[in-house]
Amino acid sequence: MTLLALNPLVSPDPGLFIWSTVAFLILFFLLSKFAWKPIVQALDERERSIEDALSKAEMAKAEMAKLISENEDLLKEARLERDNILKEAKEIKDQMINDAKDQAKAEGAKLIELAKTEINNQKLAAMAEIKNQVSTLSIDIAEKVLRKQFEDQNKQQALVNDLLKEVKLN
Amino acid sequence: MDLSHIFNSKKIFSISFCAVLFSILSFSAFSQEHTAADTAHAETSVAHAEGEEKDEDISKVILHHIADSHEWHFFGHVSIPLPVILYTEAGLVTFLSNKFGHSDDGTQLIEADGVSLVKYHGKYFYPVLPKNDHGTYIQYDSRGDILNAKPFDISITKNVVSLLISVTVLLIVFIGIAKAYKTREGKAPKGLQSILEPIILFVRDDIAKPQLGYRYKGFMPYLLTVFFFVWLNNLMGLIPFFPGGANLTGNIAVTMMLALCTFVLTTVNGNKNYWGHVFTPHVPWWLYPLMIPVEIIGLFTKPIALMIRLFANITAGHILILSLISLIFILKSVLVAGIAVPFVLFISVIELVVGFIQAFIFTILSALFIGMAVEEHAEH
Repeated sequence: MTLLALNPLVSPDPGLFIWSTVAFLILFFLLSKFAWKPIVQALDERERSIEDALSKAEMAKAEMAKLISENEDLLKEARLERDNILKEAKEIKDQMINDAKDQAKAEGAKLIELAKTEINNQKLAAMAEIKNQVSTLSIDIAEKVLRKQFEDQNKQQALVNDLLKEVKLN
Repeated sequence: MDLSHIFNSKKIFSISFCAVLFSILSFSAFSQEHTAADTAHAETSVAHAEGEEKDEDISKVILHHIADSHEWHFFGHVSIPLPVILYTEAGLVTFLSNKFGHSDDGTQLIEADGVSLVKYHGKYFYPVLPKNDHGTYIQYDSRGDILNAKPFDISITKNVVSLLISVTVLLIVFIGIAKAYKTREGKAPKGLQSILEPIILFVRDDIAKPQLGYRYKGFMPYLLTVFFFVWLNNLMGLIPFFPGGANLTGNIAVTMMLALCTFVLTTVNGNKNYWGHVFTPHVPWWLYPLMIPVEIIGLFTKPIALMIRLFANITAGHILILSLISLIFILKSVLVAGIAVPFVLFISVIELVVGFIQAFIFTILSALFIGMAVEEHAEH
């Protein structure tokens, strides 16, 4: 103790010790109750909420990625579907066109055939008509010629004679 | 015992590195102070005829600035008198410190409430009648120690006022912040709240959690209070004028109180392992007579080291700054100010850092000691 008493700096002053103890303990209890408790709690709370928010964001991100990939799959499927439909439609269209063409061709050919037959028929009819006309005309002409020829009795005789001569030869 | 977990944090490593650096710096500064004192010695021996008490005066001035006082001195003859509360033989005696003048040399008798007292070097004593050869009522023994009896002094001294100011500031600031946390719940911190929040988090994440593990929550209030109390008072001690200037954390009574708090917490919270470590250390039984006393001494050296560390660091800083300023008066040349003042500025900046580091070290060591006491199974 004599060593401590040598320097007033290292000899604790009991008055100040008492005051500082009282003041520090009051400070400690007041701060613990009214400051540290709510502050530490609020900090913990906030940290927890931040962590929550972060994990939620992470989850949302994963969800989003899942949705996007799902969407992409859907889109891919739809695209495939569309392509298929288009392809089918095209096939059907081609088919239809081809069918129509064939049908038209066949129809045309049939029509042409019909027309040809008709033409032939008409031709034949016309020819028959013409033949008739020609024969009538020829007979008329021959009648008229003969009548002219055989108005003269001599000539008739001469012809009969000729004909008879020919018959003898045969 | 494996203490590597204390050093595994990079941050803590760098801080301790800084601390070591600063302790080296302050050590060299100490030697500088010695040189200053030596110079003063040389000066006085040379100028023996001029002023015999020069050296004595300077160290007295420095010690006076560091020590507690019954009045708050501003400048010149301007000072605030503070209430003196003495528990004397005749009961409680209270008066304002300036009631009986400013006599401080033990030559004047004070009659307060029927108790006669004498004030000598800032302290109140019972006078020894009659006056001695120097005209004072003070009696010395052969070594020069004062023999006078003292009343029990529980005055509101300069340090107590400073203590009350810092306690008020801490209460206002942190209860205000707590309110801000309530009103702005879940929102980002703002203003003072955002300045102090990182420090609160620093105490929690770098001091409490590494030392105390999952049990940190219960000790957070104490660690935070100690940290901010020490830090604020360190900083207030660096302000040269009101409301700073009191050397509170450089006063051994205050550091003793703080160390005692840590000691009480350690002792009260010590679990079976902790006491087992003290009374049945893991050594052969025949070493027990040696080891148990060592362990018991170890219980007390820890808080005593805490007490001395804070006191010595802060007091050393104050002495250093005052010594550098005193150089001007010792060397009796205003030109010295050209060197002394930049140096004082430099040391003051370092003291700002030291103020933080000492608060940090006090808190982390408190946390470490408590952590050792509550550790579930000691590692060997």
